[in-house]
Amino acid sequence: MLSYYWSLALHSMWRSKVLTVLMVVAIGLGIGASMTMLTVLHVMSGDPLPGRSHVLFYPHVDPLPLKFSTAADYDPADNMTWPDAMALLKARRATRQAAMAGGEVLVRAPLHGNSPFLIDGRYTTADFFAMFGVPFAAGEGWSADDDAARARLVVLSTSLARKLFGDAGAVGRSVRLDDTDYRVVGVIADWQPEPLFYSDSVSRTFGATDQFFMPLSVAVDLKLAGTGNFSGWGHDEDNTKMVSPTTSWLQFWVQLDSPDAVAAYRQFLVDYSAQQKALGRFEREPSQARLDTLAQRLDHQHLVPGDVRLQLWLALSFLVVCVLNIVALLLAKFLRRSGELSVRRALGARRRDIFLQLGMEALAIGVIGGVLGLLLAQVGLWSVRQRPDDYAQLASMDVSMLAMTFALSIAACLLAGFIPAWRASRVPPALQMKQL
Amino acid sequence: MTLNLRPILVSLRHHKLTAFLLLLQVAVTCAIVSNVTFIVERRIERVNVISGVDESSLSVIGSAVTRKDENLPARYATDLTALRTIPGVQMAVAVDSVPFGGSESSYGTCASKQDFEQAMASRTAFSKQGGCLQVDTYAGSAGQIEALGLKLVAGRDFVDDDYVTDSDHVHSTVISRELAQRLFHGESALGKELYSGSGKPIRVVGIVDTLLRPQLRGDKNQYTMLWPMSPGYGNVIYLLKSAPGDRERILKQAPDVLLGQSRERIIDVDGVSTFTQLRMKYFRRDVTMIGLLIASALGLLFVTALGVAGLANFWVQQRTRQIGIRRAIGATQGDILRYFHVENFLIVTGGIVLGMFLALMLNIFLMKYYELPRLPGVYLPIGAILLWTLGQLAVLGPAWRAARVPPVVATRSS
Repeated sequence: MLSYYWSLALHSMWRSKVLTVLMVVAIGLGIGASMTMLTVLHVMSGDPLPGRSHVLFYPHVDPLPLKFSTAADYDPADNMTWPDAMALLKARRATRQAAMAGGEVLVRAPLHGNSPFLIDGRYTTADFFAMFGVPFAAGEGWSADDDAARARLVVLSTSLARKLFGDAGAVGRSVRLDDTDYRVVGVIADWQPEPLFYSDSVSRTFGATDQFFMPLSVAVDLKLAGTGNFSGWGHDEDNTKMVSPTTSWLQFWVQLDSPDAVAAYRQFLVDYSAQQKALGRFEREPSQARLDTLAQRLDHQHLVPGDVRLQLWLALSFLVVCVLNIVALLLAKFLRRSGELSVRRALGARRRDIFLQLGMEALAIGVIGGVLGLLLAQVGLWSVRQRPDDYAQLASMDVSMLAMTFALSIAACLLAGFIPAWRASRVPPALQMKQL
Repeated sequence: MTLNLRPILVSLRHHKLTAFLLLLQVAVTCAIVSNVTFIVERRIERVNVISGVDESSLSVIGSAVTRKDENLPARYATDLTALRTIPGVQMAVAVDSVPFGGSESSYGTCASKQDFEQAMASRTAFSKQGGCLQVDTYAGSAGQIEALGLKLVAGRDFVDDDYVTDSDHVHSTVISRELAQRLFHGESALGKELYSGSGKPIRVVGIVDTLLRPQLRGDKNQYTMLWPMSPGYGNVIYLLKSAPGDRERILKQAPDVLLGQSRERIIDVDGVSTFTQLRMKYFRRDVTMIGLLIASALGLLFVTALGVAGLANFWVQQRTRQIGIRRAIGATQGDILRYFHVENFLIVTGGIVLGMFLALMLNIFLMKYYELPRLPGVYLPIGAILLWTLGQLAVLGPAWRAARVPPVVATRSS
């Protein structure tokens, strides 16, 4: 029976070609625009570290004076001060913990004739690699002892290692960064979390990679350049701000494997804050200490630009208008066939049959509109990729978004077809018979 | 000519649901289009903001020294002398930042020592302390004001005695007119002292008409002051003034000239551009967004026009016999035409009334989540006129077809 309805639907669509094309174009445009924006939002709010993100947490303690009123868009307590980060690191209350900050150093390439260039990377502590599951192509990270010994060593990205040493192995070689020599202990394989969740809010967060990693203690020792927010609320000089208790600049992450561990760590943060308050260093309530999940941290940093959300709203309201449009057109179309429908009713077709027959037509429009919408979304995503924004390169569809495109299109059309089909199936047979 | 609305209304009642759906579509379109128009207008305003700088005759080239022990003032002086030898370069100045340049230095700045000390002591954000503002500074070597093409409206340019080598020793400044107004509340700022950075008094020696911050912030974009000193860091921007047509050629030569002076430096290709390019790059996202907003507004109007035309078409087909009868009993083509236009006008008007309400709701939402100001009333009539016109145009074709239905149709059975 359904295949009969299907052929009836195609026949009806063929009979009013212009109208069919109109409806397919409308649904295609609406779906295309919505799916383009939904896909952009989807890739921007994806999980940067699948499989590990649920055990990663961001402790938050607040060393700001009570009188300090923060600007609406940035809170210096989002980052940690050196004494707090070191205290949490030494307490070792989590499975793994690491303090880190973005940095920039000058490379003098040993390969012939290269002029010096600047690279972005990270100053961090030993657990970083194990905690984030960083894969190594060669060598390995460093130990807590190396941190304590302020060992001049460095881990390079594959691309930087190749740029500096060609195809020869980099591990064990020496590289000159700024004015100091470092021994290369490891080269990491391709690893690019999107977004770069562990960095701070001013960094480029999509499409960025760290090209080098070196012990934080060395960076502080040599006062290497940082690239993130340095926020001070005391009277700190430039040469002491890195270790100052009134300047925040470090990000701190912990790995906690069980809900119990999470609860215990949260309590530990409160206790630590209470202790600091008793010492007179913190002024705020210890209960303000927090332990954010990775997702909460990303949300807190407002990684998705307002413009992208605005575009999504626009696209969705566009879809609403398209659906309204189709409902009106289908309604007009179905009701115009009242004569034909009432004959079928008089010949014994049940309301359900009429409803199914007309619903099938709406479905057909949904399927064809979905295909068109998919094509338009690909064009849309291509145009997004041409944009200069750093997230633009990520904008492409995966299987789940592909399936969602079809689901949305069919759902929109069934929704659009429901009212007209229902309305048309209520046409009383006798009344229409009289008019024929 | 009298218009009898009754038959139209009666006929519409037979298509309640369809007419209502069309009305709803018009309403949503009206709400979105009027808000989008407003957002687009604000973005265009933002993109066209006046920097106060003579943009068409300026180019910039960024350079970072790579030796820690470099004598910076000497380095800058040598570089500038070399840059001035490039044919066509009228002026060359070393500065630490420029409008649209991205990097900035800002200091809490107060109109009195008392305010400054209070702000420092209470450790509040400066912009929240009375008499204090967060101000961006432009440090630059001699000739900065002239090279930038800034318009002095009071006081004087810097003289040799003003120049210092360290931000702690700055003792004179030229500030923007808006900053002068906000700091000293309309009193003449000339000769007054302000407090910033090191906390030592800095005398206002001149006022320029307009000078934008390096990075825009809401509506506080003119809190700027100029400092008479060469940039204190290894990162410097060389500002080159020339005839507009010479800029591209000069920028091609400049990196080689600088590298000829010393190879101990990094010249990032992104930091070499004309001021026009700098501005375009700064607003690239806004321009894309404007295009996108306009495209979606046009798309919405297009889909709505399709809906109007599609439905009108249907109604014409459906009423062919009825139209024939009316024609047979003496209705003119004009009457039929008018009938469809009035019908459309009624539906669209209903949509507009509902749409204005929706537009205000949408605006409240945008105000809350996107810090957009209240929608000025003028955008509502704009949306209304747009949709009326659109509706009348969309119904034109079907109505014209209806008007040409010959009276003889009435005698045929359908």
